[in-house]
Amino acid sequence: MELLISLIVFLPTLGALAVACFPSKKDENGVNAKDNQNFLLGFTLGVGILTFVVSLAAFVLNDSSAIDESIGSMQHAFSISWIPAFDIEYAMGIDGISFPLVLLTTGVSILAILASWSIKKHVKAYCVLFLLLETGMIGVFLALDFFLFYVFWEVMLLPMYFLIGIWGGPRREYAAIKFFLYTLLGSVLMLIAILMIYFNSDLTQLAPANLQELVANDVINADVTKSVAAGIKSGTAVHTFNLVALAELAQTTDCFSAELQWWCFLLLFIGFIVKVPSIPVHTWLPDAHVEAPTPISMILAGVLLKMGGYGIIRICYPICPAGGLELSYVVVGLGVASMVYGAFAALAQTDFKRVVAYSSVSHMGYVVVGFGVWTMLGNGDYWKMGVTGAMYQMIGHGISSAGMFFMVGIIYDRVHHRNLNEFGGLYGLMPKYTALAMGLFFAGLGLPGLCGFIGEVLVVLSVWRFSPLLAIISASVVIFTAGYILWTLQRVYLGPEYKGPHAEEIKPINGREFSTGAILLVLAIIFGVFPNTLIKYMDETVDQQVTSLNEWREGYEQTLATAEESDEAEHAEEASEDGHGEEGEEAADEHGEGETAATSDLTEVAVAN
Amino acid sequence: MESTTDFYNLIDALKADSANSLGLFMPEITLCVFIALFLAVRLVTTKLDLFWVALAGAVVGLVSSNPLQLCGGNVESEELFTGLLVHDGLTIAIRSILMLFLVLFLIFTKISGVPDKEDGADVYSLVFGSTLGMCLMASANHLLIVFLAIEMAGVPSYVLAGLIKGRKRGSESALKYAIYGAGAAGVMLYGISLLVGLSGTAHLPTMALELAQIIPQAGLGEQAVLCLAAVMISVGIAFKLSAVPFHFWAPDVFHGACAEVNAFLSVASKAAALALLLRLAVGLGSVPLSEIEAPQAIQQTVEAHQETVQTDLVPTHLVSLEDEAVSGSDEDIDVKSSEPVEAQANAETEAPATEAEVVEAVDPRLEIKQAHDEALSPVRNFIGLLIAFFAVITATFGNLAAYGQKNIKRLLAYSTIAHAGYMMMAVTPLMMMLGTDNNGAEQAASALIQYIVVYVFLNLGAFSIIAFLRNYVGSEEIEDYSGMVKSRPVLVICLALIFFSLVGLPPLSGFLGKFAIFASLADGYSTAGSSALLVLLIAGGLNTAISLFYYLGVIKTMVMGEPDESHHLGDRPVGRIEMAYVVVVSIPTVFLIVCWQWVAGFADEAVKHFIS
Repeated sequence: MELLISLIVFLPTLGALAVACFPSKKDENGVNAKDNQNFLLGFTLGVGILTFVVSLAAFVLNDSSAIDESIGSMQHAFSISWIPAFDIEYAMGIDGISFPLVLLTTGVSILAILASWSIKKHVKAYCVLFLLLETGMIGVFLALDFFLFYVFWEVMLLPMYFLIGIWGGPRREYAAIKFFLYTLLGSVLMLIAILMIYFNSDLTQLAPANLQELVANDVINADVTKSVAAGIKSGTAVHTFNLVALAELAQTTDCFSAELQWWCFLLLFIGFIVKVPSIPVHTWLPDAHVEAPTPISMILAGVLLKMGGYGIIRICYPICPAGGLELSYVVVGLGVASMVYGAFAALAQTDFKRVVAYSSVSHMGYVVVGFGVWTMLGNGDYWKMGVTGAMYQMIGHGISSAGMFFMVGIIYDRVHHRNLNEFGGLYGLMPKYTALAMGLFFAGLGLPGLCGFIGEVLVVLSVWRFSPLLAIISASVVIFTAGYILWTLQRVYLGPEYKGPHAEEIKPINGREFSTGAILLVLAIIFGVFPNTLIKYMDETVDQQVTSLNEWREGYEQTLATAEESDEAEHAEEASEDGHGEEGEEAADEHGEGETAATSDLTEVAVAN
Repeated sequence: MESTTDFYNLIDALKADSANSLGLFMPEITLCVFIALFLAVRLVTTKLDLFWVALAGAVVGLVSSNPLQLCGGNVESEELFTGLLVHDGLTIAIRSILMLFLVLFLIFTKISGVPDKEDGADVYSLVFGSTLGMCLMASANHLLIVFLAIEMAGVPSYVLAGLIKGRKRGSESALKYAIYGAGAAGVMLYGISLLVGLSGTAHLPTMALELAQIIPQAGLGEQAVLCLAAVMISVGIAFKLSAVPFHFWAPDVFHGACAEVNAFLSVASKAAALALLLRLAVGLGSVPLSEIEAPQAIQQTVEAHQETVQTDLVPTHLVSLEDEAVSGSDEDIDVKSSEPVEAQANAETEAPATEAEVVEAVDPRLEIKQAHDEALSPVRNFIGLLIAFFAVITATFGNLAAYGQKNIKRLLAYSTIAHAGYMMMAVTPLMMMLGTDNNGAEQAASALIQYIVVYVFLNLGAFSIIAFLRNYVGSEEIEDYSGMVKSRPVLVICLALIFFSLVGLPPLSGFLGKFAIFASLADGYSTAGSSALLVLLIAGGLNTAISLFYYLGVIKTMVMGEPDESHHLGDRPVGRIEMAYVVVVSIPTVFLIVCWQWVAGFADEAVKHFIS
């Protein structure tokens, strides 16, 4: 499996190297010759399709390597020692959370390449950067080592910067550097948290059975057992970057103090919500989206934003559960605020692409909310619902937002403006296009029967148990969403006639555009009508993660309670020291079992209380 | 009669010692031989191209410094020339890095065409002389050598800065550099004399031992003298490192001197200064085990050293008396805890016992060492905090000041200032963990070496690209690079990779150096719990984000800018040799992450016996 998974990650890189060797025929403005453009993009498309086919074949079609839906833990994991000086491993694996996102990435990449024929300048550089970007995205979802994850996370920064900065709109340089700076700041905070977690981790404290299980699952390198044995002997800590091992450590040992978890959760969470993006760090998104070329907007909305959500559920909660529990109101509060703010902001826009960009902020708010609904109350079943809903929302939004941006791109290529007040009447001029657009925008709206609905409903339902007030607010967002989407549709597609410039350029969509849109719409319908095609993969993993975190929570609550009890007991003792202190001692002596009996009595009393 | 035999014994001992030392001193001797050769040739003729001779010299130097020794062999720490120098893994590592750099640098100067045939002999002898000084800096074990080495490395660089004759800016920068250098050296020498006066020796390990005995009983005056000495010595090193506030020379010198000289100054000189910083910090902060071994031996060496440095020594008690009288009382390092004193007492009582058992029992020695190290903990704390202070302001100021620069060499000057700050950060966790967690301390030193290895390639690459572009375009202003990617894509892509690597973006190599240093900061914070380390970690992180702006600004101009038609800058395509050189130097930037373990292993091996 090492080779297969590595192949899926690095196939695009190999493709990029190949593209870099091809000749590039350009005139002095950098515009490529038509046949050269077709060749370069065609090759890139081939690489994209190959990557998708390999990932699909490996994880779905081929029986021996297909994902087993009934297993919740990591599958096909492998781990190779990479930089022993820092215990860094080249470790990858896939489970029900990462699998749908990998397929989403490879799939949306194909569609984005299909949408790339509007790129005319410096096509070769574009293709190379695009393929490098794809490697980074797939790698993030498959990495099991925190260091490796961070490397992939940063790998896509540079290609993205140049893709926006070179091929973008008029304010591209501003937008590109804003994107870069926000993400870099977030990831620097993440790096600090990674290092703090690494140096506090200690594999020697992990129960041998748990370690054996990790080794048996190939999640962690077998050599680790030796160093752990040596570490136990000499009393030195064995650090690790392995994400699964870190989660085990956090949930079964006391390696990470509650304070450390609180801080690390906060740092990691900031790093991730920059990507999601959630308010107050969302402001790069509208700029980046508006300036980015259509295919890059599709990738940005379809895949890149999901990496933030993935980080939250893969890293924040499992590794810093205490922080997650304490900060749950912050998380959900930010999520709801993003939903509301995004929806209102979208209502106020006159730029077609900005509307879709703010709708992304609003829709990704659901994801943050779904991951965050975890409290000390209740049995936690609704949290599972929230997480499932958030996962579903990520996939659904990946499809619908990529589709919406593509629809915006199609009309922009023709009339070269995006002013909502200067459209209208496209229904008559481009009927097929209008039909696709209606379908995809309705999917974004969350209409039942389309992919946006399931996620939103699950998330909103789960909030009810968390906080009715927030639930009412988040449910009401649906109305605003309907408001801005319907209003947009009305201004662009309905009405008697087209009001803007370049009316003569409007012609029906071609086959490439139609097929790209149609694929997205079909997927939106399939995932809307048969949610189980997706949920069956995620269910077991989400279930396992939520269950183990809830188990951890019970233990944590107990320790909190006993800590409180003992605090109270101390106070009580202090108050009644003179009167009862001696008596207690005498009583213990009488029992003849010394202190142990007394303390166990005390705990019994505490539990009874 | 007795004294004569002693004298002959001493002569014999010195003979044996020198013979032994010369073998390990081969790289330096090679450099000396070639310098003499260059000067001799210069006397005879100016027509001869000495490049190949120089290259041969550098290669011989590289081979004789024997970096492969670190790959397998267990390199023990060994004192040379009666303790003036020390030969250990760190010496080998830094010397190898310097020699490798020298080889690459010579090839680079040949390709870029500065110096020309006529100047060749002069420039090569200056470069070799400066490198000789840097090698000594890396292996200094005695404050006298520290000073000599700094001067030896410095004086040729002052001349190099004015290499291009007849250019006003070049001469100005050389003069500035020389005056600043002389000032800093003077201050440093004063600091050294204070320290030597107080401890009665200039041999670092002996000095540490002396300090361990002085400090627990030190009065306010002595403390003040010690602090003053530390600050003054740090001025000298800060000048070499171009650390704020002693950085003023750097932008002017970098602006005035040619890019080739900049590469030499920014890489070699910095690497050597950092090695020296490590030597001094660790040397003063802990007593090496070998020094405690046999108290009699110590006595001898101390005497020997007092003989060697007699001329420079001011009578000990006089200095301390004077300073007690003069110094103010506003120093506040915490040395008053009674624990070290007690430990000291223990150590003294146990010392005779050790003498008898020294052959087989090692443990008592360790105990003594621990006691000494505990006594020295205020020294370590003070040095650690002092360096932390320098590091934070250096990194922050360098990054902020670079933002406004319009000239690429000035920008890189500030960038090297900032990087000096990052590199100094490694020394603070080293000092904080020394004595309590020697493993962690070694890791911190190793992180610094890793950063240096990466940095050699990055800055050499950056300056070579700037030199090549200067040859083609005739300008070093950033705005003249606008739209350069269209005409010279390979150079621009390599420069972009190098710049992003300097920012510290993975998977480029700069990230790995930064990661190693940040890791030791985090390690130090979680073991030593000093909040200074957390401040450093956060400052380092924020600085990374700040630094993005100016590096990106250059790349943005080159990639996204439109070529300016008004000053049509030569369309000559880049030559194959230039391109090949740039690509070769940039390769480590991209691929070092794959085989990072080699670098980490090399660095780990280099510092293995450094802390003992």
